[in-house]
Amino acid sequence: MIPYALTFAFGCFGLSLLFNLYRIFVAPGVVDRVLALDTMVINIIALLVLYGINTHSAVYFEAGLLFAMTGFVSTVAYCKFILRGDIIE
Amino acid sequence: MEQIAEITISVLLVAAGIFGLVGSFGLIKLPDTMTRLHAPTKASTLGVGGVLLASMLYFWIMRGQLSWHEFLITMFILLTAPITANFIAKAHMHRFGDKNTMPDTGTPRDWATFEDESKEMEPVMTRVEPKPKVTASDHQF
Amino acid sequence: MLRKLFPHPYLTLLLVVTWMLLVNHLKLGSLVFALILGIIIPIITAPYWPDRPALRNPIAIIGYVLIVLYDIVKSNFIVAGIVLFKPSSQLQSAWVTVPLDLRSPEAITVLAGTITMTPGTLTADMSGDGRALLVHCLHAPDPEEVRDEIKTRYEARLMRIFE
Repeated sequence: MIPYALTFAFGCFGLSLLFNLYRIFVAPGVVDRVLALDTMVINIIALLVLYGINTHSAVYFEAGLLFAMTGFVSTVAYCKFILRGDIIE
Repeated sequence: MEQIAEITISVLLVAAGIFGLVGSFGLIKLPDTMTRLHAPTKASTLGVGGVLLASMLYFWIMRGQLSWHEFLITMFILLTAPITANFIAKAHMHRFGDKNTMPDTGTPRDWATFEDESKEMEPVMTRVEPKPKVTASDHQF
Repeated sequence: MLRKLFPHPYLTLLLVVTWMLLVNHLKLGSLVFALILGIIIPIITAPYWPDRPALRNPIAIIGYVLIVLYDIVKSNFIVAGIVLFKPSSQLQSAWVTVPLDLRSPEAITVLAGTITMTPGTLTADMSGDGRALLVHCLHAPDPEEVRDEIKTRYEARLMRIFE
């Protein structure tokens, strides 16, 4: 039963990534692109954890943790750049 | 027992997948940037949370090894999602926001994003009570 | 002396717990290292945290966290329903000003985060003097109701915890 649920979840998050990619290409402004990138990071963390369940290995959690951190920092850096025109003042 | 765990994990995975999909679908369906901001910050958070909970249960019950990293990732995402949403909203207001469409603050000062930079640098919040002075009793330890 | 060694006891506790979760197994060696980190890091970063946030009622935090978790799950269903089944033309999004009674910066930060995570609302900005929050609602036919709910459900509880 779990393998079927896993496949379904893989499909859902893969489709989500495609939606995000569409939003990155077709967006009214730069803010929407930042939002789409942020959502993409969250979906990729979910995919990494799903892959970890699929291969029965716990290595991917560290990757997920690092991804969560760099994703957060990069989103904040993008927004800071839009707000102030500079990241480190 | 094993059966119940299997069903729980499967339900969590399917629900998480649906919520993640809805979050990203909202990103392309909703009409403008501010409404689009709602979908990913909420739906995706529960989507990832469900996947992490399922993974935690899976490794605990099926494999017999309890891992706390999922819990850490969940906490991290739950804590950072409001901050990124707030930052993106501020960036949107800064670039495309129209001062006249916003409601009044009800206070003498304007919304922080629309104020000029010299004011932004002032410390805006001070605590109500002044900090207690260091007294002799503090040094008695 | 004790105040100098532990400038921020909550930060020390948080660092120890986080480190123990990161190493993922309970051994004495990791606990000792976690304690070393938990004591050194607050001392080094003490200049950046000039004063301690005062918690008046730490027990009430548990109740608050449970309520917020319940609301996060509820908000997910509500937002998913709106995204899937409501045509964009019927969407009534609105800006709401929420005047604040809270004064401590930590309490306002927690309130802003809570508003973002709960049903259909999102904190966008704060007034220059920190007396009001600008909240965006995804679908709010009655904005007054949203403001009243935020004030009674979250702000009153935070008031009891922080002030």
